[in-house]
Amino acid sequence: MKIVVCIKQVPDTNEVKLDPKTGTLIRDGVPSIINPDDKAGLEAALRLKDEFGAHITVITMGPPQAKIALQEAYAMGADRVILLTDRVFAGADTLATSTTIASALKKLEYDLVITGRQAIDGDTAQVGPQIAEHLSLPQISYVSKFDHKGDHAIVKRTFEDGFQTIKVKYPCLITALAELNEARYMSVAGVVDANRSLEIETWSFSDIDAAPEKMGLKGSPTKVKKSFTKGVKQAGKVIEGTPKEVATALVDKLQEKFII
Amino acid sequence: MQFILSNEDLMMRDLFRKFTENEVEPIAAEVDENEEFPVETVKKMTKLGMLGIPYPREYGGAGGTYWQYINFVEELACACATTSVVVSAHTSLCASPIYEFGTEEQKKKYLIPLAKGEKLGAFGLTEPNAGTDAAGQQTTAVRDGDYYILNGSKIFITNAGYADVYIVMAMTDRAKGLKGISAFIVEKEFEGFSVGKKEKKMGIRGSSTCELIFEDCKVPAENLLGSEGKGFKIAMMTLDGGRIGIAAQALGIAQGAYNEAVKYVKERKQFGRSIAAFQNTQFQIADMKTKIEAARFMVYSAAYKKQLKQPYAQDAAMAKLMAAEVAMEVTTKAVQLFGGYGYTREYPVERMMRDAKITEIYEGTSEVQRMVISASELK
Repeated sequence: MKIVVCIKQVPDTNEVKLDPKTGTLIRDGVPSIINPDDKAGLEAALRLKDEFGAHITVITMGPPQAKIALQEAYAMGADRVILLTDRVFAGADTLATSTTIASALKKLEYDLVITGRQAIDGDTAQVGPQIAEHLSLPQISYVSKFDHKGDHAIVKRTFEDGFQTIKVKYPCLITALAELNEARYMSVAGVVDANRSLEIETWSFSDIDAAPEKMGLKGSPTKVKKSFTKGVKQAGKVIEGTPKEVATALVDKLQEKFII
Repeated sequence: MQFILSNEDLMMRDLFRKFTENEVEPIAAEVDENEEFPVETVKKMTKLGMLGIPYPREYGGAGGTYWQYINFVEELACACATTSVVVSAHTSLCASPIYEFGTEEQKKKYLIPLAKGEKLGAFGLTEPNAGTDAAGQQTTAVRDGDYYILNGSKIFITNAGYADVYIVMAMTDRAKGLKGISAFIVEKEFEGFSVGKKEKKMGIRGSSTCELIFEDCKVPAENLLGSEGKGFKIAMMTLDGGRIGIAAQALGIAQGAYNEAVKYVKERKQFGRSIAAFQNTQFQIADMKTKIEAARFMVYSAAYKKQLKQPYAQDAAMAKLMAAEVAMEVTTKAVQLFGGYGYTREYPVERMMRDAKITEIYEGTSEVQRMVISASELK
């Protein structure tokens, strides 16, 4: 089985702070991590490899420093890692990103493509499904359970209000939820190899077949007009009393503010 | 001298920190309270190659560096001194002498499973009447055909009962004194070998510290480590390395107590403000931090020298002396900053203070370290 896992290096949002003036993330000095949903996707692939045998290629698009995320993936047990990096790719929105990654995937063999549901620094949940569309692959998003059954898989999709169980034939693409599993640690030997013997394949624009106008800033229809932090609202008020008193007080308040 | 961590070192430290935070710290209080050897943690470490960090792949190790191993002991000790000494005794005191002095056959038979973590190791030198004065060994080994027959006992042996392989010192020729001591590799299944009384201790309570008993214990002659009469030298050289491990443990204990103290003084309010706002607290924190960093430089310096195969015995002794005393001082200060709460088991600093004390005692007391340090100055 050949699996390709797409990952993104993101700032650890547990450690991140917002610049109160500009409303943008202060990225300086914030540690970078593999996006949690993507890491669960990688773990799912590694478990398939442990149980059934598989070859895992991990791919990421990003600046040269994203190679650390690939080293981590390798130290966890991935077999091959590819960094898509080029100035042409810079400034991409989800469409340009998925176009670029899908173009790279066309150069690879796979039975299963795994992406994370969404990245913690963007929360769009669009890149995985878009890659599937570019490659005309069946896509199962929001995967919380994955059972490999030979030529197909039984997959559980979890939503806020329910779940679906789906049978899907390979090849297909799934987007993983962080809840899918608990990702393993890197091994000590894996860290050593990721730093001493691993050759990270670096693919630039010239290594993939795609039109330059479909990539990076040029290929991005999304335009960010303004980003801002929502203003602080006044503190809430708790109304106490019997249910009847509380309901009456609430109706009064709402009428006072001409809401009802 | 350079202390610049490589990307590999940083990734390794990140791994060790996450492992400690998720797997070790949550059970540290329980391990202490119930005097529970961390069996499950050892299994997890085995899986990740953490029990043979500095040994080459051909001998079952992870092929990492000595500093990385030392950093692992340090990070573990930040949360649990017990777990750190399990690793240190196994790696520095059992796997190391086999790697340094063993024959190719001994390395294949013993080092590979030890470095893979499939087997756990221990080291036996101390006896009731031979502590700092190691020459007073009463345990004897008498050659009998293809075997040596060992008789006697060892005390205070870390990992005893859980270890599969023991490096044991015994007298093969009493007339020769120190030069009559030999080292043996003893398996727990060997006839005539048993583990005796388990000590109840002040600190590192989860680690197993027991007596080893040899009653006509049959050890195959090929399990002699080095040659006859080389045991004392092997023991001393092994302890030189072991001291860096204990120094790292002491450093970790100090760092752990410091981390707790910093967190607490920011939260704890007295007289209407956090106690971090008081100058006494600030000065205590400054002293703790400064001393920990000084100890860290000494521990890393000794580790790097060993890694670079430079002479390091004096550095190891200085690092252990310094780090152990810093650990005692910092943990004591941490308990004081916590006040009454610090004296209770609700917070980990009292455990850290109890754990710190042993680092001034085992693998050479602070007095022995002073002897070692001054000996090379005054010769």
